[in-house]
Amino acid sequence: MGNKMGKPTRLLSHAVILVFAVLMIYPLIWMFMSSFKETDTIFHTATSLIPERWTFENYLVGWRGVSGVSFGRFFRNSFVIAALGTIGAVASSSLVAYSFSRGNFKGKKILFALMLSTLMLPAQVLMIPQFLWFNTLGWVGSYRPLIVPSFFAVQGFFVYLMSNFMDGIPKELDNAAKIDGCSFYGIYWRIILPLSVPALITAGIFSFIWRWDDFLGPLLYVRGTVNFPASLALRMFSDPTTATDWGAVFAMSILSLVPVVTIFIALQKYLVEGISTSGLK
Amino acid sequence: MKKQKFSLLVFLKNDTVAAVVCMMPFMIGFLAFLIVPMIQSLYFSFTDYHLIRPTYEYIGLANYRNMFRDPRFWSSIRATFYFVFGSVPLRLLFALIVALLLLKSSKMSGLYRAMYYLPSILGGSLAVVILWGRIFSQDGLLNEILGVVGLNRNFPWLGHPSTTIWTLILLAVWQFGSSMLIFLAALKQIPSSLYEASSIDGAGRIGSFFKITLPLLTPTIFFNLVMQTIAGFLAFTQAFVITQGGPLDTTRFYVLHMYQTIFQNNRPGEGAAQAWVMLLIIGGITLILFKTKRFWVYDGGF
Repeated sequence: MGNKMGKPTRLLSHAVILVFAVLMIYPLIWMFMSSFKETDTIFHTATSLIPERWTFENYLVGWRGVSGVSFGRFFRNSFVIAALGTIGAVASSSLVAYSFSRGNFKGKKILFALMLSTLMLPAQVLMIPQFLWFNTLGWVGSYRPLIVPSFFAVQGFFVYLMSNFMDGIPKELDNAAKIDGCSFYGIYWRIILPLSVPALITAGIFSFIWRWDDFLGPLLYVRGTVNFPASLALRMFSDPTTATDWGAVFAMSILSLVPVVTIFIALQKYLVEGISTSGLK
Repeated sequence: MKKQKFSLLVFLKNDTVAAVVCMMPFMIGFLAFLIVPMIQSLYFSFTDYHLIRPTYEYIGLANYRNMFRDPRFWSSIRATFYFVFGSVPLRLLFALIVALLLLKSSKMSGLYRAMYYLPSILGGSLAVVILWGRIFSQDGLLNEILGVVGLNRNFPWLGHPSTTIWTLILLAVWQFGSSMLIFLAALKQIPSSLYEASSIDGAGRIGSFFKITLPLLTPTIFFNLVMQTIAGFLAFTQAFVITQGGPLDTTRFYVLHMYQTIFQNNRPGEGAAQAWVMLLIIGGITLILFKTKRFWVYDGGF
């Protein structure tokens, strides 16, 4: 057996990989195509991918939303939560990561160990403790529990990712800036932050996607249909106890995936980088 | 007065002080959103704390006793372990196999990688959870396809106690893409000189896989195993939306049980006790995994 595979073997391996890959994303394609079918035909024509008659009706019906609140509103809510949370997470994590990478003070090692330990302590374990705490603070029923904590670098993943990246930036740059009169803060703002942009983008897109998709958080804290993000609205929309317009649910589901798919297509490089280097998600 | 202000500025500009200032968000956040809630919930777990009623009393270990006496607690433990032991090994196996297939780079590898990775990145969304429910519902996609090839098209995949949890396991396994990327990155770091040396020594492809690739991958496998196991214990949304824990509590995962204890049964004190027990379970399992590390994880250099 030689090192190079023969042409037939190579073609066969391509075929296997491709068939399996199509199988993997087939459910997504099916949902996409079904969203253009007439809603009462979706399931009994489930085996044919192409709609008999194309229709945008599902999108129009879906957009009208539930309980008089349009899906535009739900998407706006999702965007507000995801954007504010992401700004907070990137800003605070980069500052803390900078301190871990360049700072020098007693107790830094212990803090770093604590930060690493939060990597192993996922949100669901904290679900009830945090809920009871936010209930004590009177924050339940607002967006505060979803947004405020992100401004305090509570996601160890992002801090870890960024401090690793900053460790790779040569210290000579800091020293040169220091000689030119830059303070500790100045070095962060003028040297480290601009050079860390790739890590900031990676953390930012993960943060945005996670918050955009988040279901448990809004389920616990958000009250009132007007304030629902898209994830909660979709769940209400597809309530198994009532008759569901699946065409409309699929249409709005597809729309809810658009931001994530866009990020995936445009910024895949950063996603792959983030996962390969730090094991995010 | 002016002099004092000046010295404060100097103090803040001191490098050590500045580093601590930059660390402040983490120190405050760690205390305010992690330590304090955990301690408060430990305290509540010994009380009959109620979300609406303002007063509560110390009731000793009653919450813990109730929790362990509840048969649904044990079914949630069973369902969670079943889910973890079913999904994690399969997920890692698929991730590794596909990573090995994709390692050989070609013009298409970027596209393939994207296709296998897409489910992972979309899998967290409610849209996909809803879609999954419609694939396996009695009038759903799977049964329609089975009907076309002439098989029974009425099987209730989501209503039968032996199949329901496997639809959720399949949803988890389907998202093997991120583990695959981690394996790919690790595989690319194995120096090709090792393979050349082993082929000179007469090792075939399979031999060099078991003698070189697999041992050198064990640290990555270990990392994935720990992270995926922890993530597996936290399954919630898919069970909450698709199965509501049924049928016969076979998909009543721990987090779902916890959620219902506090929000449906109105027993936050018991929920807090459950959160602490869960922390101990996850901590214990992580510890056990780390203890096994020296038996199978390669920790030398290349």
